[in-house]
Amino acid sequence: MTSITTGAPARSYPAYARPLWKRVLLTREMAIIALLVIVVIVASATVRGFGQPITMTYLLLDVAPILLIALPMTLVMITGEIDLSVGSMVGLASVTTGVLTQSGMPFELAALIALLVGGLGGAFNGFLVTVVGLPSLAVTIGTLALFRGLAVGLLGTTAVTEFPEFWTDLAKAKIGETGIPVIVIPFLVLLAVFAIVLHYTPFGRGIYAIGLAKEAAHFSGVKVERTKFILFVLTGLVSALAGIYYTLRFGSARGDNATGMELQVIAAVVLGGVSVFGGRGALHGVVAGVLLIGVLASALRLANVTSDVINIITGALLVISVVSSSLLAWLARKRRSAGGPQRDSVSTAG
Amino acid sequence: MTAATAQPPTPAKTDVTKRLNRIGAARELGILLALVIVVVAATVANPNFLFSSDGFRDLLLTPSILVLVAVGQAIVLITKNVDLSVGSVLGLTAYLTGRLFIDIPGIPIIAVFLIGIVFGGLLGLVNGALVAFAKVPAMVITLGTLYAYRGINVLWTGSDRVNASDLPREFLALGTGQILYIPILTIIAVVVLIVAAWVMKNMRSGREFYAIGSDPAAAELYGLRVTRRLLTAFVASGALSGLAGVLYAARYGTINSQAGSGWELDAVGAAVIGGVAIVGGVGSVWGAAIGAVLLLTINRALPILGIPDFWQRAVVGVLIIGAIVLDRVLALRQKRKLLEARDDS
Repeated sequence: MTSITTGAPARSYPAYARPLWKRVLLTREMAIIALLVIVVIVASATVRGFGQPITMTYLLLDVAPILLIALPMTLVMITGEIDLSVGSMVGLASVTTGVLTQSGMPFELAALIALLVGGLGGAFNGFLVTVVGLPSLAVTIGTLALFRGLAVGLLGTTAVTEFPEFWTDLAKAKIGETGIPVIVIPFLVLLAVFAIVLHYTPFGRGIYAIGLAKEAAHFSGVKVERTKFILFVLTGLVSALAGIYYTLRFGSARGDNATGMELQVIAAVVLGGVSVFGGRGALHGVVAGVLLIGVLASALRLANVTSDVINIITGALLVISVVSSSLLAWLARKRRSAGGPQRDSVSTAG
Repeated sequence: MTAATAQPPTPAKTDVTKRLNRIGAARELGILLALVIVVVAATVANPNFLFSSDGFRDLLLTPSILVLVAVGQAIVLITKNVDLSVGSVLGLTAYLTGRLFIDIPGIPIIAVFLIGIVFGGLLGLVNGALVAFAKVPAMVITLGTLYAYRGINVLWTGSDRVNASDLPREFLALGTGQILYIPILTIIAVVVLIVAAWVMKNMRSGREFYAIGSDPAAAELYGLRVTRRLLTAFVASGALSGLAGVLYAARYGTINSQAGSGWELDAVGAAVIGGVAIVGGVGSVWGAAIGAVLLLTINRALPILGIPDFWQRAVVGVLIIGAIVLDRVLALRQKRKLLEARDDS
């Protein structure tokens, strides 16, 4: 840092960058992960029963659908779009599976068709956003109502509860004696796929580019509309997958399954450091965000805090985390403009 | 209508056609037409839908509370923001209304109304301050307060609830009463609507909402008081949700901790159906109000038309999508016309 004050003509850019340890550790994602670790430690120490494997099992079973949907949602939100229809798609996929199984179709085939419905629903969102050119917030508020309406319309207030035991058991099964649910394995596979796609492929870099500057991304050869379309289809598919899991976990296909889940997913994704303006965010932060909300909810419930206080805490956490990060950014800007030398040398360079 | 035949008409005639075109192009008219069709179809299927005293009353009464919330939402949407916390504000105010009557016996009804509106306005001010000063997207902030306000409500209410027997009879009479066959709630909603529409159309502050929503950066550069206007928009939305909460208590009498949950999407949906653009700067509170009426009228019309009301949300979804697609088509057509006009000159 001292080299700057000498005012030497040679300016090496690394001198302006923050040190590596700062860049890695002082990020939004790391703050959430640290908070998660602290909450887990404090909860294990103070809340009776929190440290037990059974608690962890239920915790993971409960957050699994949100974890799943948060993966594609992260990608969609990094492009600056949003999908509010995911909770309704969970319900629609659940009902599709239920109705088809009830009509005598093998469960596996019914589940496949439910996935197809998810893909089609996502394609419908993608079509309206990319081809017709409508804002995704408005489109998915429409499909939020539409998909939920189809789900409720197909089953009314009845429920389908007959599913093959093999699958319903599998949805709650644990890996050996560990207490870790089997559902974690497909989740980790999906996480790996999404992480590789987002962080290590040109397609993934294109996603960030779209969120940062759509026009610039377009002129750099990123297929903006196609990328967004693919992401909406993926969100639909994964939401349907979560719907099938949800059905098996509770052994019940109902039209109102997972009502309001869209807001939970978005809250977790935003808490995990994804900007709703797009262009910023990472999957490890999002996974930590989902788990943080889940752990808090689970620990508070065990501590006999009414389950609804969790709403206050979720909301307050969301507001505090985004406000504090924007406050920090503001402070950093202020410090930079106050501490002259860096700015001066940059302006002479430009 | 080639260019050659378009030449002769006198200026007066084109003026008339222009005006007709403008009326035809108004989004509010399209949605009003849809509303009329729904009402006529339901009335033909069952005359009681409109022509019984109950049917007529329900037609006006049921949407009145949502109209208030949708008007507030429209103002916020026009500034290129969104307020997802309206349902929680409504629920919290509704319970506060009940508590006021229980804890302070003999409190004047007008005082309860004022407290409800101010309380809602304060909750809106929290939203607005966080959005305007922290420069965080309104969607995130109000998603946070949606949870927080609802949580406070549940914490406060617990498993308790306010029953109609806890509320004074004169207050409940407001919820069901009529003046000259028109429900009192509807009169309140219409008065609020007219005031809001007048402010949005004629007052400087109203026009500035549109300016900010069309181009926030330009509004800032031009010297508009963006921060103050954003605060005003959120306070208006909160205060109207607060008023809606008081009326909710008067109308339904029973208030538990879940009152008004899910209303945020109905309010945004009503505004979107009514032609308020989610990207800001476009639309009117009239449109949002008609959207709200349409949304809830369909709910009652479907069973009469022989469609189980389970399908209501699907119909609403199709309507929302149809409305925004129509908007897009109209916008594209206008753009093409403007381009043609430029090329001709």
